[in-house]
Amino acid sequence: MVDAAKQSASEKPYLSIANIVKKFGDTTAVDGVTLDIQRKEIFALLGSSGCGKSTLLRMLAGMERPTAGQIILDGQDITKLAPYDRPINMMFQSYALFPHMSVADNIAFGLKQDKMPKGEIDARVAEMLDLVQMRKYANRKPYQLSGGQQQRVALARSLAKRPKLLLLDEPLGALDKKLRQQTQLELVNTLESVGVTCIMVTHDQEEAMTMATRIGIMSEGQLLQVGTPAEIYDYPNCRFTAEFIGDTNLFTGPVVVDEPDRVEIEAAELGGRIWIDHGITGPKGMQVWASIRPEDVRVDRDPVAAGPNAAKGSVAEIAYFGSYSVYHVKLGSGKVLKAMVPVNRWHEANLEPPTWGDQVYVSWRADMPVVLTR
Amino acid sequence: MNIQRLFKRLKPGRGAVISVPYFWLLLFFLVPFFIVLKISFAEQDLAIPPFTSLMNLEEGGLLHLTLNLGNFDFILSDDFYAKTYLSSLQTALFTTLMCLLLGYPIAYAIARTDPARRNVLLMLVMLPFWTSFLLRVYAWMGLLNENGLINSFLLAIGVINEPLMLFHNDFSLYLVMVYAYLPFMILPLFSHLVKMDGRLLEAASDLGAGPIKAFFTITLPLSKNGIIAGSMMVFIPAVGEFVIPELVGGPDTLMIGKVLWNEFFDNNNWPMAAAVATVMVLLLIVPIAFLHRFETRQLEGKGND
Repeated sequence: MVDAAKQSASEKPYLSIANIVKKFGDTTAVDGVTLDIQRKEIFALLGSSGCGKSTLLRMLAGMERPTAGQIILDGQDITKLAPYDRPINMMFQSYALFPHMSVADNIAFGLKQDKMPKGEIDARVAEMLDLVQMRKYANRKPYQLSGGQQQRVALARSLAKRPKLLLLDEPLGALDKKLRQQTQLELVNTLESVGVTCIMVTHDQEEAMTMATRIGIMSEGQLLQVGTPAEIYDYPNCRFTAEFIGDTNLFTGPVVVDEPDRVEIEAAELGGRIWIDHGITGPKGMQVWASIRPEDVRVDRDPVAAGPNAAKGSVAEIAYFGSYSVYHVKLGSGKVLKAMVPVNRWHEANLEPPTWGDQVYVSWRADMPVVLTR
Repeated sequence: MNIQRLFKRLKPGRGAVISVPYFWLLLFFLVPFFIVLKISFAEQDLAIPPFTSLMNLEEGGLLHLTLNLGNFDFILSDDFYAKTYLSSLQTALFTTLMCLLLGYPIAYAIARTDPARRNVLLMLVMLPFWTSFLLRVYAWMGLLNENGLINSFLLAIGVINEPLMLFHNDFSLYLVMVYAYLPFMILPLFSHLVKMDGRLLEAASDLGAGPIKAFFTITLPLSKNGIIAGSMMVFIPAVGEFVIPELVGGPDTLMIGKVLWNEFFDNNNWPMAAAVATVMVLLLIVPIAFLHRFETRQLEGKGND
C-alpha cells in the first residue's frame, strides 16, 4: 500500500506542461504543447527560429504569461508565478551578464536576493567558481572575459541558487564552432555532476543530439515528436523531423500494396516502387512518404537487378568528407538522391570511384525506408 | 593615454579632419578666455576700451608688465562674492537635483515606450526649443505675475481672495530654471536608458529581484554615465545663468551672472567683471574635468555600457 503510493509519486513527472498556448495578437506562437519532464533529465527543444521554442522557454521562466494551459513543477502550480518567485533559473542567450558587476558579484546576485547570510554567499560563490573553473577570474568584469569564459560565468550564475529547473536558451549559440563542440560535453558533465533538471532550447541538431537525454522537435508552435536522439533519428514520425534531424531522401506516392509483411509505394520520382518489409495501418491508395537516409543507399557501377528499391542515375555532384563521400545522383525524373558512400567501398571492390557524369545504380534494403504519413 | 596613442596612429588626413573642432574650440573658447584673463589683470580706466593695457614699452626699450591682482584680492576679501558664488552653486545644484528627479522618470518612460510613440514624445521634449528662450521666460512671467493668468483664473473661480505670491521669489526662480533646463537632463538620460539591454532586467528578475530591486541594482547603476552627463549639462550653464534670476528671481537672489552684469554695465568695471568671470570658470573647471574624464573612459571602452 505504502510502496504503491511511493511508486506512483516517483513516476509522476517532475515538470508537467499541460496544453500550453501562447498567442501574440493574431499569431499563435505556442499551440497547445503538452510535455512531461523527469527529474534530472536534460531535455532539448529543437526547432528552427520562430518555431515557438523560445516562447515556451520564456513561459517556463515566467517572462511570458501563457494564454491557456498549466505548468506544474514538483507538485506546485507555477503558471501564474512571477519570474522572481519561481524556483527556476535561466542561462540567457548571449548570457546577459551584468556589465557593471564582477564575476563574483554576478554569481552572488541571485543569492543576495534571497537574503542569504554573507558567509554562506561567499562559500556558494566559491563553490560555483570552482565548478566552472573560473576562480582566478572572480574579480574580472564580464567585458574582460572571452566568450567561453562568459558562458561559464553565466552557467555558474544560473546554478548558484540551486534551481529546481535550469533553462538554457541557445547555451552555446554565441561560441564559434570549434569551441562549441568542446564545450558541449563539458557543459553536460557539469550539469550531470550537479544533477539539475534542464530544458535547453537550440536550433543546432548536433548540440541537441550530443547533450540531451531526450529531444522535442518543434515546428510552428507545436511539439511534433519527443524521444531519445536515437529514436528520433531512426524513427521520425513526420517529414519535418526526418528532414530536420540529419539528412534524408523523401519520395512520395500512393500505397499500392499493403500486406502484413510488406508495403509497396508507387514513387513517380523514383520511376518505380519502394518496397518496405512491414505493413502499415492505412487505407490502400493513401498518399505517403518514404524516408531513406543517405547512409542506407548503396551505389554500384554495375547494373543491379531491376525491381523495387533501385534506380539508375548519373553523378551530378560529389562532396568529399574524408572518410566518406556524399554522391548526388540525378535520377531519370530529375530528382537528386543523396547517397553516403564510405571511401573504402571502391577500394575493397577494386573499382575506380565513379566521377562526375558517370552512370551509377542506387539501391537499398527493404528494411531501410521509414514510411511517413504526414 | 589611449586617446593620444589612437591619435598618433591615425593617418594625417584623419588628423586634419579631427583638428577642425579643435581649431574651433581654440579660436572661440580658449582665445576669448585668455582675453578675459588678460582684462582681469588690468585696471579700470576712463578710456576706450575702459581698462589699462598690461604692457607698456617705455623709453630705452624697457618693456613694463603691470599685473593688477587687486580685483582677485577684492573678490577674495569681500565675502559678498563668496556668498554669491556659493549661492550660484547652490541654485545650480538644487536645479540639477530637481531636473534629475523629474527628468529620470520621463526619460525612463520614453525609453520604454514603443519606437513609434517614442519619437513623438522626444519631439515634445524638444518642442520648446522652437521658441526663443527669452520668449518662454516672458511667457512664464505672464503666467506667474500678480495679475497673471494663474492668479486671475484662481481669483475668478473664487478659490483664493487675494493673489498668490508666485513671482519674484525662489519658487518662480526654481520653477523656470527647472523648466528651462529639463530637456538637457532628459535627452542624455534617454540616450543611455534606451541603449540598455532589456535582457539584463529579465536576468535580474529571473534571479529573484523584484522590479524595484532590479531598478536600483541594474538600471540605476548602468545609467550612471547618463546621470553624470545630464547633470553636467544642467549644472554648468545653470551656475552662470543670468536671464532667469534677473527676470523671475526674487530681489535677494544672488547669482554670479547678475553680479557680472552689474560690474560690466552698471559700474563699467571691465577688469572686475573679467575677474569675476575668471573665478567662475575656474570653479567650473572641476566638474568639467570630472565630466571629461568620464567621457574619455567611455571612449576607451571602460565605461559601464
